[in-house]
Amino acid sequence: MAKAKSAAKAAPAPKAGAPKAAVKKTAAKKTAASKVAPAPKKTVAKAAENEELVFTRPAALADRATHYCPGCHHGIAHRMVAELLDEMDLAGRTVAASAIGCSVFLYNYIKVDTVESPHGRAPAVATGIKRARGDKFVFTYQGDGDLASIGMAEIMHAANRGERITVVFVNNTVYGMTGGQMAPTTLIGQKTTTCPGGRCKDREGAPIRMAEIIAQLGGTAFCARGSLDSVKNIRQAKKYMRQAFEAQTKGLGFGFVELLSGCPTNWRLSPVAANKRITDEMIPYFPLGVYKELEGDATCGSLIAPGTAAGGAGEGK
Amino acid sequence: MAGKNELTFVKGNEAIAMGALDAGCLCFFGYPITPQNDIPEYMSKAIYEVGGEFVQAESEVAAANMLLGAGACGVRAMTSSSSPGMSLKQEAISYMAGSDIPAVIVNVSRGGPGLGDIGPSQGDYFQSTRGGGHGDYRLLVLAPSSAQEAYDMTHKAFDLAFAYRSPVLILGDAIVGQMKEPIRRRQGTTAASNEGAQWRLEGTAAGLKPGKKPREHRILKSLFLSDGELAGQNQKLQAKYEAWKDLVEFETFEVKDAELVVVAFGSIGRIAKNAVRALRKKGKKVGLFRPKTLYPFPEKALAKLAKEGKRFLTIEHNLGQMVEDVRLSVRKHADSELFCVYPGNMPSPDDFEAPILRALGRK
Amino acid sequence: MSRIVVTEERCKGCLLCTTVCPVSIIRQSERINQQGYKVAEVGADDMGKCTGCTSCATICPDMAIEVWRTKKSKKAA
Repeated sequence: MAKAKSAAKAAPAPKAGAPKAAVKKTAAKKTAASKVAPAPKKTVAKAAENEELVFTRPAALADRATHYCPGCHHGIAHRMVAELLDEMDLAGRTVAASAIGCSVFLYNYIKVDTVESPHGRAPAVATGIKRARGDKFVFTYQGDGDLASIGMAEIMHAANRGERITVVFVNNTVYGMTGGQMAPTTLIGQKTTTCPGGRCKDREGAPIRMAEIIAQLGGTAFCARGSLDSVKNIRQAKKYMRQAFEAQTKGLGFGFVELLSGCPTNWRLSPVAANKRITDEMIPYFPLGVYKELEGDATCGSLIAPGTAAGGAGEGK
Repeated sequence: MAGKNELTFVKGNEAIAMGALDAGCLCFFGYPITPQNDIPEYMSKAIYEVGGEFVQAESEVAAANMLLGAGACGVRAMTSSSSPGMSLKQEAISYMAGSDIPAVIVNVSRGGPGLGDIGPSQGDYFQSTRGGGHGDYRLLVLAPSSAQEAYDMTHKAFDLAFAYRSPVLILGDAIVGQMKEPIRRRQGTTAASNEGAQWRLEGTAAGLKPGKKPREHRILKSLFLSDGELAGQNQKLQAKYEAWKDLVEFETFEVKDAELVVVAFGSIGRIAKNAVRALRKKGKKVGLFRPKTLYPFPEKALAKLAKEGKRFLTIEHNLGQMVEDVRLSVRKHADSELFCVYPGNMPSPDDFEAPILRALGRK
Repeated sequence: MSRIVVTEERCKGCLLCTTVCPVSIIRQSERINQQGYKVAEVGADDMGKCTGCTSCATICPDMAIEVWRTKKSKKAA
């Protein structure tokens, strides 16, 4: 299944030279967040001779503690989004649509212009943004309760229209923010606060596999499922995310990446055990890999003149 | 397009679409529902001629949320629907009100509740003037009674939406929307290129020369969890709604020496005007008061008439909704009688003469 | 010599980093940070073993680890 042939140029970790480190320091001073929680002191931060900083905070990621629980994978997904915004030089022209759930505070962590969407509607909101300002990079960041349940119509139609937007879909098989209720992605037998006896296929249906569904839709240019349970998978997931971003920047169509993620708190597991659950239980049901990869140019033959299809209503105003 | 001062013969729905286009509307998000289909149909072609974008959304829910996204970018955008569809749009409208996002929404209303019918009705008065969705907010509501007014009010709605960073609602009905009349279009848009420059979402480096440090990122949101934060936001909204009171608009006809003032809005207001005109010819001292803004409601003007000793009859195409606002307005000096037109019926001026005379006869 | 820098106030003690270190030098300390978590650390004696592979930083959900790597003269790091 996994093709992932366009080996992404960037190394898994951002190659940070002196300039990036400098950006980071100024950013830390500026953010409102740093007023609330001042950037903690580092024990050893000075670079020694012939030493280079090979892993550090991307400039688009705010220097502040997150509200996420220990071991929650939102932090990893946020960081990778921010890394890509930096690496692809997109942050300055990005407008994001945040969703409802634990990641509702996306705008506190990723420093791009952001509008808050109602539950499940981020793909519709992103459609409005992209149609209004076709020159912007537009992404949504949604959980499985948001995207695969209440937002099913919006995600499917945005994908089918081939909206030039990118969707980062974090699947942790529960409604995290509200206390771990059953989600459409909850595995059979998995106990949650609203299926305390375990999800039953006859009663609640089978877990929805979104990457497979989205890949079937006409406007999807790139669709993949990655996982955040291991270093190897995280690095692969970032390559997928880059491709999903590029589906938009190249004007190919809708970009979608699903990320299997841990929710130790609501799974009632330690972070280490939660990661193991992803490996042992989630990946077998939600196979990893690229589900669709469109190449070349995809323009629709309508009233829209070439260029305006992904161009939007707003010129550079 | 007709030249300056030329008349164009169009449906009220088309007039709404033209008003939007002439005001600089660049995005339209639609969904089919009778009796407003002429608006998305017209827009699906015409908006491309001005370099805009049209989306037939998957639902009214999605259309309203697309509107939210476009509005957040400071682009003039609109959606239209009819009563059952308006229920679905309320989610996004509440978010837009809470996030200070400008937008224009059109309701060519029809009979309800539920699926109701596709005929004219004013059953959405409460929904329109009380906010409509969840939470403590209001919309600016304009109620046209003719195709020309539909055009003018839609045009103006965009200026108001951006001046106050709020969703603005046009409340028409099947009569206004489907009736064909001549209208005069305006020349030139009022949209400014720097509209929303202080708050619109466009990327942190927008407008900066390369190499310049990006500005702080902007957030448009309605979630306020910190202590006192939501109270602060709601006070800001309240101040905005207070300021709207200066925008109140209404039409009066033959009220000066009237003993009885008929209060009616929209198409019913126009029909009632003809009834009043006919009764005047018969020497009856009746007049008409037609609110053009339903929120803010012209309560001061009505109170003044009440103080002068006039009596009131509210005529509505519903079971009695605006009459509550009329009664609140005149309560220190008077009351208002009510005559209801039931949905499914298309009233004529003759239908109103008897109830007006009955109310005039009662002391 | 490569090394990692743990921003202790950001560490939530999830210990995911300890599971991915190829030379097993990251461990939970007895120090409790302001948030109440026992933070991750590398013993002073062990830091010399760090390969600069960035695995710990990659899996850290809280951006609490920075990685410094020695420049190699012959081939790229």
